[in-house]
Amino acid sequence: MIIRQIPVIFFLALLLTISGCSGNKTKEGDDGAMSSDGIEDGAPIDMVADDEYSSSGLGEDGSMILDPLDDPASDLFVRTIYFDYDSTNIREDSLLIVREHGKYLSSSPERLIRLEGHADERGTREYNLALGEERAKSVREVLLLEGAQEEQIEIVSFGEERPTVEGTDDAALQLNRRVEVVY
Amino acid sequence: MIKRIHNLIVLTIVLFSSNAYALLEIEITQGVESAMPVAITPVAGDVPIQVTLLESVVFSDLHRSGYFSIIDKTNYPQQNVKLDQVDYPKWRNVGIEALLTMKATAAGEGKVRVQFELYDLVRKNRVLGHSVTTNKNQLRKVAHKISDLVFEKLTGIKGAFSTRIAYISEVAIKKGKKYQLKIADADGYNPRTVFSSSNQLLSPAWSPDGRRLAYVSFENDRTEVFVQDITTGKRSKVSSKPGINSAPAWSPDGTSIALTLSFDGNPDVYILEVESRKLRKLTDHYGIDTEPTWSPDGRFVYFTSNRSGAPQIYRVSFGGGSPKRMTFEGNYNAAPSVSADGNLLAMVHKNEGGYRIGLLDIERNAFTLLTDGTLDEAPSFAPNGSMIIYSTRHNNSTVLSAVSSDGRVRQRLRLQKEKVREPSWSPFRR
Repeated sequence: MIIRQIPVIFFLALLLTISGCSGNKTKEGDDGAMSSDGIEDGAPIDMVADDEYSSSGLGEDGSMILDPLDDPASDLFVRTIYFDYDSTNIREDSLLIVREHGKYLSSSPERLIRLEGHADERGTREYNLALGEERAKSVREVLLLEGAQEEQIEIVSFGEERPTVEGTDDAALQLNRRVEVVY
Repeated sequence: MIKRIHNLIVLTIVLFSSNAYALLEIEITQGVESAMPVAITPVAGDVPIQVTLLESVVFSDLHRSGYFSIIDKTNYPQQNVKLDQVDYPKWRNVGIEALLTMKATAAGEGKVRVQFELYDLVRKNRVLGHSVTTNKNQLRKVAHKISDLVFEKLTGIKGAFSTRIAYISEVAIKKGKKYQLKIADADGYNPRTVFSSSNQLLSPAWSPDGRRLAYVSFENDRTEVFVQDITTGKRSKVSSKPGINSAPAWSPDGTSIALTLSFDGNPDVYILEVESRKLRKLTDHYGIDTEPTWSPDGRFVYFTSNRSGAPQIYRVSFGGGSPKRMTFEGNYNAAPSVSADGNLLAMVHKNEGGYRIGLLDIERNAFTLLTDGTLDEAPSFAPNGSMIIYSTRHNNSTVLSAVSSDGRVRQRLRLQKEKVREPSWSPFRR
């Protein structure tokens, strides 16, 4: 159990409020690119999250456990995994992050996620659609190895259709070659 | 020779300078030595604007085919040529091989009578002569028809100027973007919207009868394949499996759609029978298989696969079996389009300069590069194989371009502010 347990009871009410708010602002047609700020799922998943919170959130001394998803210091706060050109391999530096997500999912079987695969604009659109899915599958593979269940993970590819940034320079292209982990 | 090229440039400038041609840009990419020199002499009659329109449409049709160079009028030995008054020796002296005369006269309320004649200046005879009365607003259609007839008479190949293109346009609106599936004349004129969405659209594909389009829509936040009747607007979802549903391509007999599905674990090519919805897996590999397209005889399906480590084009029998690799030039070949005779394969080819349109002659196993953009995509053959339409980056936007199959002439289709991409050339009208 590597989830960081930070018993900060003072912040809990506040955080619950924040996550509740962000859970409601699901936007139609949004490219989902800015999901690192938290939860974009619809209400049902938030309900699950809240249940988990109240059932397992009490520490032995009655203190509350902060959901590491909301902790900026946690590896789980990183929700975007970047890839090399035409590659579906997870880089060394991202592997730790993905593993943390896998461990978290394994310990929180009620949690459901969506892996959104993306590609940069180079190459054909249809090939990039497939590439985005293959990238998401690479991430899923690691999650499963860490004990996550297939049922917890949904995969969708947007290919090059929903870039994080518009632009043709290397920096822009890198930002667009990604898999987003959406809780 | 130099003079001929010079004449072309002059004509090109004339074309740019008039508002009537604002949507078109022609660039001559290489010399046109082997193009047949042709003269067009319009006769205004009493409706000068109409004949100017006719001339401009026929000019740009014939010119962008790459088969002809249209000779500048100042070199014509005769003006206002009439039937049986063609001075053949004079025309041959200036090296012109064919002469097209067009005349437009008013024919009652909103109508125009168009007469045109084509002379073979080498064989010294009239090879075409027609007259048609039409509404003024149908003049572009008539002009494309004239181009078709002239093209067929002079090349022996059926003209494809009266065909259409389908494409995807993207415009920024107040809240986000609007994506539209559109169809237009083959030269980009007369666009109309077939389907509009606030989510992405992709990969339009014509049914062989030209009545329906299959395409990919993200309207439900994931890929699904739809088929839409372009006349009635009626649409139906034909594939919505878990994972990817994309890259539809109609079989030449119109009964099936090849498409990419990944519900079985990874992207493979499947054949979907449209009526029965029966599904058959055509390719099976743990890598990416996508972008299927049919050989004109329906015996093969070409597709992109990264089974070798990088995307290359393969061919598999309609019945299945082991695919044959077709491309070996470079390390990125994708999105194949097959010519009507089945022998040419256009594709996206990456080299050190970017993504370009490449052409493989299958019989001769010869590869040539047709374009020089940085991000040229989505090649689609005209139904007569004479040209390929594709999308290209231009001034921070994406526009459509047509290139002749020999790579000699490229023409940009400019469609104002929208970004346009994913062109698909229609079959001949039936």
